[in-house]
Amino acid sequence: MHDMPGYDYHIDIPGTTIFDGKMAMKGYALNKMCYGFNKAENREAFKADEEGWMEKYGLTEAQKEAIRKRDVLGLIAEGGNIYYLAKFAGIFGLSVQDVGGLQTGKTTEEFKAYLASQA
Amino acid sequence: MATILGGITTSHIPAVGNAIQKELYDDPYWKPFFDGYPKVHEWIREHKPDYCINIYNDHGLGFFLDRMPTFAIGCANEYRNEDEGWGLPALDPFPGAPELSWHIAESMVADHFDLTTCQELAVDHGFVVPMQLFWPGAPHHPDMPKTVPISANTVQHPIPTLARALDFGKALGRALRSFPEDAKIVILGTGGLSHQLDGERAGFINKEFDQYCLENIVSNPEELTKISRMELVEKAGAQGTEFLMWMMMRGALGDDVTEITRNYHIPISNTAAGTLLLECAA
Repeated sequence: MHDMPGYDYHIDIPGTTIFDGKMAMKGYALNKMCYGFNKAENREAFKADEEGWMEKYGLTEAQKEAIRKRDVLGLIAEGGNIYYLAKFAGIFGLSVQDVGGLQTGKTTEEFKAYLASQA
Repeated sequence: MATILGGITTSHIPAVGNAIQKELYDDPYWKPFFDGYPKVHEWIREHKPDYCINIYNDHGLGFFLDRMPTFAIGCANEYRNEDEGWGLPALDPFPGAPELSWHIAESMVADHFDLTTCQELAVDHGFVVPMQLFWPGAPHHPDMPKTVPISANTVQHPIPTLARALDFGKALGRALRSFPEDAKIVILGTGGLSHQLDGERAGFINKEFDQYCLENIVSNPEELTKISRMELVEKAGAQGTEFLMWMMMRGALGDDVTEITRNYHIPISNTAAGTLLLECAA
């Protein structure tokens, strides 16, 4: 797929991935697995056998590696959408401030202070 | 014929549901947020809407990427809340109004807005949190209106334009005013304001842009249709695109509205939280 001139969907916003059709196709297996984490039995199955559960959904090696490392920016680069990834983060009890800190190189407290500084 | 009483907007952050469960209304972190709602409660008590149109965006509970409707409407007797992956207790089902849902679908499709109709739709925090904020104890509040959920896609680009969202609201308004029942209807627009959860820019909030949107959505919503979708991502943050729900709500109200109350607070969770109550001229 190529970028199409005349549409407004490919301006560069630093630190921001536009989750469009290309990313949605790239990340489909990963997002499908994370969507499955809505159900408690799937969260338990993942915890019991992470590798087997990733295999079942057909994740790419790059996606698997990002899951293994709990690498949120890596997961986004591999097509992960934050709304589904939030369900993955939930397995580990991470809040969106924890996830924000992980992506920006801040501690959770530093990330919260950054949010409050914009008031 | 039915009457549109007005519209109410609010952010719909998941953490709010947790704060409600723990009754953190006077907690120093939460008080500036919850203080925005007593005037809404008073207005609802006074007007007692029969129906509520809840315009929200699903975050990966009711819909997945296998089939992603740009605009969808619930046409069911009830709507279930379910686990979104965090193991929080689900609320009891919310009562629907299928006769109104199908009336809206008939009217809007005739008006060239091709909605996806849903006879089963699990509703997530985007739908539930505003109900809890406006009708404490929902769905068991004594004045709980019957509800029609309308969801717009903000998960995956392309998302609708701001102009399309406003026009959608106008068509929704025409549909509601032609509903052949002497009923009172309130319209919710939920989500926003500026926030970004993902990427190196996570934590981005834009007070100046939010204030611009709050000012214009009251008196001059057409001005906001000049904002392109990428500009919305840039200025409101990747998830600030939820402002489209506010535009859809606003379109349904018509030109003559009065602002009853407004609240704005940074931050709640990762978000600039905004609340607005607009009343339609009688």
